[in-house]
Formats: sequence, C-alpha cells, structure tokens
Amino acid sequence: MSGAVRRALLEGSEAIVEAAVGAGCRFFAGYPMTPFTELLEHFSRRLPEVGGVCMNAESELEAVGMAWGAVAAGARAATGSTGQGLSLMEEALSEITLAELPLVTFLMARGQQDYHQATRGLGHGDTRHVVLAPVDVHEAVAHTRSAFEIADAWRHPVMIYGDYLLAHTRESVTLPTEPAVVPDRPWAVDGTLGGTGRSRLISPLGFAKAGQHSPGIEAHQRAIAAKQERIAAAEARADVGACDDAETIVVAYGTPARFVRAAVAELRRGGHRIGWFRPVTLWPFPGDALADAAGRARRVLCFELSAGQLVDDVRLAVLGAAPVVPIGGISTDSSGFGVGRLLDTEVVATRILAAHRDEPLPPLPDSGGLP
Amino acid sequence: MTGTSPPADVRRIGVAVPELLLTGAHHMCPGCGEPLAVRGFLEAIQALGVARRTIAVAGIGCYTSFSMTTDVDLVQALHGRAPSVATGIKRVRPDALVYTLQGDGDMVNEGLQEVLHTAARGERITCILLNNGVFGETGGHMTATTVPGQRTKNTLEGRDPTVHGHPILIGDLIARLDGAAYVARGSVHTPGAVARTTRMFRRAFETQLSGSGFSFVEVVTMCPTGWFVPTLDGPTYLHDTLGAVHVMGELKVDGRVRSTEELRAENARAEADAARRLAAGGLDEVP
Repeated sequence: MSGAVRRALLEGSEAIVEAAVGAGCRFFAGYPMTPFTELLEHFSRRLPEVGGVCMNAESELEAVGMAWGAVAAGARAATGSTGQGLSLMEEALSEITLAELPLVTFLMARGQQDYHQATRGLGHGDTRHVVLAPVDVHEAVAHTRSAFEIADAWRHPVMIYGDYLLAHTRESVTLPTEPAVVPDRPWAVDGTLGGTGRSRLISPLGFAKAGQHSPGIEAHQRAIAAKQERIAAAEARADVGACDDAETIVVAYGTPARFVRAAVAELRRGGHRIGWFRPVTLWPFPGDALADAAGRARRVLCFELSAGQLVDDVRLAVLGAAPVVPIGGISTDSSGFGVGRLLDTEVVATRILAAHRDEPLPPLPDSGGLP
Repeated sequence: MTGTSPPADVRRIGVAVPELLLTGAHHMCPGCGEPLAVRGFLEAIQALGVARRTIAVAGIGCYTSFSMTTDVDLVQALHGRAPSVATGIKRVRPDALVYTLQGDGDMVNEGLQEVLHTAARGERITCILLNNGVFGETGGHMTATTVPGQRTKNTLEGRDPTVHGHPILIGDLIARLDGAAYVARGSVHTPGAVARTTRMFRRAFETQLSGSGFSFVEVVTMCPTGWFVPTLDGPTYLHDTLGAVHVMGELKVDGRVRSTEELRAENARAEADAARRLAAGGLDEVP
C-alpha cells in the first residue's frame, strides 16, 4: 500500500468488501448462499480487524433485521444475499425504506432474473431502492463507496446488483485509501436522550414521540414518495458508447454488458453502425438518456439473461420511437447460475447482427442438462 | 351490566405517572394489563439509573402505541423481528441497555426463530414478552400461547389441542438454552404480582448490564376484550386459565432451570403465607 491508492488483484467479492470497509462500513450481517457466500466470508474476516462486527445470521430474516438495528444505531452497515435470499428480506427492506435508513444491500444475484425484484420496490408499499449495477470489479469498487454515500445523502437504501461473474472474477483493481467521511447522524438512536423529553423514535409509520411533530402515515408516505422523485431526477446514470451514428443500439446492464460491449466493438470493426447503452443505475432508470440515444436509431435491442425484465424499462423509455427487440433469454449453467452458453461474445454478436439486419434470431444455445 | 365501570368501593388514592412516560394517556382497552407491565419496566429502568443509555425496540401489537409515549430512544420493528434489530443495535452500542417489547403473537408466532436464536447466542439484550394468549389488536384470535379450552374468534369452541395444537411455553423453552442467563415469568393480575414482576424486570436488566447473557421476562397480561369476558373478570380469568398453564415464577436464575412443578409449589406456599398474614391483619401482598 502506498500513496492515495492501492492496487491489488482481487476476486470481486473481496474487492467489494475492501471497498465497503474503506467506505466506513462497520457492520455486516448475512447468511451463506452462492454466489453471495464469499462476501460474508470476507466481511467476517475483515470487519473484526477494523473494530467492526460481522454477524452470521440465522437466516436472511435475521440478517436484514440486524443490519436494520445497526443502521438505526448510527453505523454504516450492510447486508446482502442472492435474489432468493432477498425475497425473504423484502418485508424489512420496504420498512427500512419507510424508516429512512441508509442501508446498503449487496444483491449477488445468480443471474439477471432478479431485475424486477431489485427495481420494483423490493417488497410492499410505494418504495424503491437506488440500484447500482457494476459492469466489472473495478466499477464495483467505485459503486460500493458511492452506495454508502448516496444512502447517507438521501437517508435511503441503496443496492448493488452484482452476480456470479462479478463475485468470482479476479481483476486488478485500484482501492481508494482516502478515509471515508461518515456524516453525523443526529437521528440515530444512541440511548442518550431517555428521560429528557426529547428521546428519538425511528418508525416506518411516520409516528413521533408524544409532544413532537408526528406527520402520520399518509403525509409520511407522501414525503417518501416525493423524496424518491427527487432521487430519480438526481441519481440516474448511464454509460453510452458509439451511439451517435448508430442505426442499432444494444441495451444491457451488469457483467453481460461487457460481452455486449465487446461484441459491438467487433461488429463496428466490420463496418456496422451499432452502438451500446448501459444503464449504470437500474433504479432510477436512465430513461431520458436512452430516449435521447434511441431517437436517432432505427431499432433498440435489449440483451439480458432473463425471459424479459429490463425490456420493460427499455420500452417505457423508448416509448415507440423505435422498435424494441429482445435478443437475450434464459441461459444458465447446470446449477442455475446465469453463466450459460448465451453469455459468449460470439453468440451475442451473432444475435445482434441478425437483429441489426432485421433477420430472425438464431435459437438460444442449449447450455446442457444436469451436471 | 357488569364489568363496564369500576365497583363503587374503588377510590383513587393518587396519580403516579412513571418518569419515563411522556404522557399517562394511552389507547388500551379498559382492563388491559399491558400498561401495568410497561409501568413495571419503566420503573425498573428509572431505579437502575440507566434511562440515558437505554434503547428499546418495539414489535407490532397493541403495545406498539407505547413507542410514542415512552421517553427512551426507540426503533419500531416489524412483527416478530425485534430481537434481530435489537441485536444489531447492541453490537453497535454495547454499553446501552437494549430491550425488546413484544406480544405473544409477535414473538411466539411470527418471530419464534428470532427470539430462540437470540437467546441461544447469549445476546446481551432483554426481551420482554407481554403474553395475553390472544391477538388483541386484530380482535381476539388464537396465538401460539392460547391455552387449551380458551375461546378466541378462530377457536370459537375453545382451543382444542387435537385440532389447534398445544400452546408453547416460551419461557420454559428459552430457559433451557445455554445463552439465556435470566428467565422469568410474571403477571399483573394482582398488586403483588405487579410488584414481583417489576423486580423481575430489574433482575433481567441487571443481568444484561453485568454482561452475563440473554435475559427474558414474560408477563402474563389481562385482555378482557380479546377474551370476551367482562372487564372486571380479567384478573380472575387470567389466574384461572392462562396463569394455570403459563405459571408465574423465575424459570432460570444463575444457570439453574426450574420446572413448572417447582414454581407451582413455590406459588402455593406464597399464597398460603399471604392468606395467613391477611388473616392476621397484615399486608395483602403476595411476595
């Protein structure tokens, strides 16, 4: 380690944990599940070294509850799981949003079939989480620090949408070494105001202590909704490449966007006017930026490893300005992880080119049966 | 009509609002036992002088409204999930006195796993259970602690163990976990029981502050509305039904687990002793 940065060859999970610790995260709770497990392993090793706490929770229900308490008590704290585990956490994640707690959640999804789960509110009620979808380990490191900062800035939960490839790929990364600035949290419960008549109440319901202003449920929920509109206006991010003269734009997010980027670069070298568009935030979705890019294109392709979830947001953004053609699909390995044979630059390029020429798509590759 | 107004011989001897209550007003039904239990643990916190380092976590039930009137820092949790939230708080602020306030539906139905694991972990928090054997807030439905024969809105002919299963004696279950350092079951159906329960709260909090492990106080409380009995019959109904199954006493002290039979014998001796003292013109308090 030297100077203001530290370079290291790290597996995605370890890089994320190092970035979280560097961002001042001092509490983590989780329950093992592939491909999230290594995140828990690295947190359980690293947090005690810096005076933090990592809890091996009894289930995802307890994991999110423990993180809830830690954030409420004033710590920078996080939890996480796969999409399956996040399903169990959803009730709490909705309430944490309504309680305005800056929790960070690491969704290390098995593939891209949890897009709706991540972007459609994570549970009941009118709640949304900010969702960052890193394309590689390098960006995951930056996103991890951003996640804690965005969460604190808005007092709102932020999620990192990672996946199997991100968790398990080793890359050379640059870790920031400048210390994180953790803002004061006068709202956090530290126990010091008991008996003073000014004690604190952290409630998802918009209730306050007797004698203090209590907005009530309706006004509180409207205030959260208004805050989410401000977040949507301020935080949408996109990464755009070669779209200026493109007849065809390919939309993809997360690690599969790397394959799309490589395929588009290859097709560009072949003289095809194709560009790519990557939502960096899944919520808020960078719809204006996509509409702008799509306004000059003849067609918008959507590559995702699912039956079709991202495509909903793409259609909403494009709003009929150009035809939207899904070119992805379900593709898993024999264990159900989203690294099936569709995730191959050559296969992706073939599908992009077919759609670019308005030809029928080749059949989805078969990833094989049981192991 | 019986049970709708106090008997004529009741007289008010004064008003004593605990210092840690922002207002004495509450939204509970007439005859509810929960305010007595809340008074008990607030007085215990006050007596220990730890109000300025206390953090509470509330579950969801009738008692949730005390979140707004108790003058301690508080986090409102989900139904059943208070022990994990309290765990996160305690691990971040180990010097705080951290307690949960939960009902039987909250803790023993929805959140059973949470409280058992928290106890087994020896988490240095105190879980407080207000056990009235019924979902009071929804209007009187069966919970995991409803006793056999007890009528609820979804056991109209009474809880039948062959159909609805047996009640869970949560205090007994927790007492057998190594991480649990102090476990007690109190009640609020007589002044003596209230005093005894307040002492249990104090011992539980002292256990937490000494760092020796998880502590637990269950309080059997009246819910005449949810039991469909006249208000004034609440204490007697508690004594004869819930109290006969969820037996009052200290279930674990200094690592020693005590059986229901031991507690019954202890309570019988105490009641006989009190009756003798009453006959001799002494105090009517059951120790």
